Amino acid sequence: MDRIVQEILAQHGKGGSLVTILKEVQDRCMYLSENAMTDVARSLGISAGEVYAVATFYSFLSPKPLGENTIRICRSTPCFLKNCETVVKTVERELGISVGETTGDGKFSLQLTNCIGACDMAPAMMINKRTHGNLTPDKIARILGEYK
Amino acid sequence: MPEKRVVLKNCGIIDPEDIVSYIANDGFNALDKVLKEMAPAEVIEEINDSGLRGRGGAGFPTGLKWGFASKAEGDEKYVICNADEGEVGTFKDRYTLEGDPFTPIEAIAIASYAVGASKAYIYLRAEYHHLFDLLEGAIKQAGERGFLERSGFAVDIEIYEGAGAYICGEETALIESIEGKRGDSRPRPPFPPSEGLWGKPTIVSNLETLMNVPRIILEGAEWFSRMGTEQSKGTKVFSVSGDVGKPGVYELLMGSSLRELVEGLALAENTKMVQVGGASGRIVPYENMDTSLSFETVLGAGGVIVFNESRDVIEMVRKNAEFFEEESCGKCFPCREGTKRMSEILTRFSQGNGSKRELEFLEDLSETMMLTSLCGLGQAAPNSVVDTLKYYRGEYEARIQEARTPTVVVS
Repeated sequence: MDRIVQEILAQHGKGGSLVTILKEVQDRCMYLSENAMTDVARSLGISAGEVYAVATFYSFLSPKPLGENTIRICRSTPCFLKNCETVVKTVERELGISVGETTGDGKFSLQLTNCIGACDMAPAMMINKRTHGNLTPDKIARILGEYK
Repeated sequence: MPEKRVVLKNCGIIDPEDIVSYIANDGFNALDKVLKEMAPAEVIEEINDSGLRGRGGAGFPTGLKWGFASKAEGDEKYVICNADEGEVGTFKDRYTLEGDPFTPIEAIAIASYAVGASKAYIYLRAEYHHLFDLLEGAIKQAGERGFLERSGFAVDIEIYEGAGAYICGEETALIESIEGKRGDSRPRPPFPPSEGLWGKPTIVSNLETLMNVPRIILEGAEWFSRMGTEQSKGTKVFSVSGDVGKPGVYELLMGSSLRELVEGLALAENTKMVQVGGASGRIVPYENMDTSLSFETVLGAGGVIVFNESRDVIEMVRKNAEFFEEESCGKCFPCREGTKRMSEILTRFSQGNGSKRELEFLEDLSETMMLTSLCGLGQAAPNSVVDTLKYYRGEYEARIQEARTPTVVVS
């Protein structure tokens, strides 16, 4: 069993919340591997299918490998009205990847997301757990620089 | 002026990181009064008399909900504060918590005392992770000062952070999520006040609903019920975004006009239509801008998205459909299949490839989803379709392929 997964499972014990455990694995391993999901299932005494069902339900959990930093650009209506398309194009150009992809060096993954509650500073995006609003191409380049 | 600060009274006034400034502004006086002078049943009666109704959109009478939970049998009961605001165009809870993380804690303590709960949760959406430390700090400070445990009353408040799912704002899905599962809605009955979290009596209240509680206790039910309209008492906090000069959060007396909010405060110009209540909300065309905002008319959770004359109605409705297609939990088929078909049909219309048959089908599908979906998501998903078919039918008809003239350009 992976050492990190083992540590997290030991901390939570048998009665641990599946969502909370998976969030911690996600935070530390960057994704939920098949092995990690099987280990979690075995430890909680539930089927691997149940774990997979949760892993694929929540947008902050990913059974596919993600980069060190995950960028989520909001595409809901308020950001759409403020040209979130430009944000998508700028980030794609800056990083050389398309939505759904990860950079070759494993630094960034790019996704679209539904409303992140930052409509008063649209267009907005999240990088990991931080929200960045009032985005312009210049500002995006500067923000991405901080994570490079 | 229709602006009135009840819920947001402390925002911008107190230091959100320091409980001392909250205490200096009447903080914990309501809890004090409740514990010293009021029996749990009297607290519920006061909330009942105030006419307070749920601010998450459903508008269920808060006192009634608390009463059910208080009368329900159970060795353990739970209070859950719903801060999972995922409705498109809604950010009032974020703004509220950024400015005042203490009032929710006092309100949760009062609710717990009233219904007999000793454990409470604040369900915070993952997208608001930046508020976690502030909120946890507020709980810690309240605990250190003994506010959460005295005179035989004690409540343990825990923050439960979500993992990204719109449906978890729906109370039964939220409960499933705290139990560590997929956020699938539960069939009702049983309702949460009788069988909720881990099968125990549970009240789930929107953050904004709870924010009103300490003020009602201090100023009295009569003071509260003097504000607003006949069936909508107090104020409502609105999040305004889209084509406006000043997007932001505004608190208005219930019954204020949409025009006052959108044009007077948020400085909108050349408005074509407004969606009140986010993606699941109702569409108000410009000619109805003088409509009032209340449970009797339009409200939802108070997300107000403004569209100017340059906007394409069908494209906006298609965006909503795309959102619901993605966020449907998939448990009941009217919603799982319906949101998908709705999105497909609207995509065809937005590309100018609609058909007369599908226009009728869209109405049929909307009705089926509204009547047969398991929870509010599927029931409300067709709202913007139904409303735009009523007010902007011509825009749909112009996208019907057989009726198209060769020169129609679709943006």
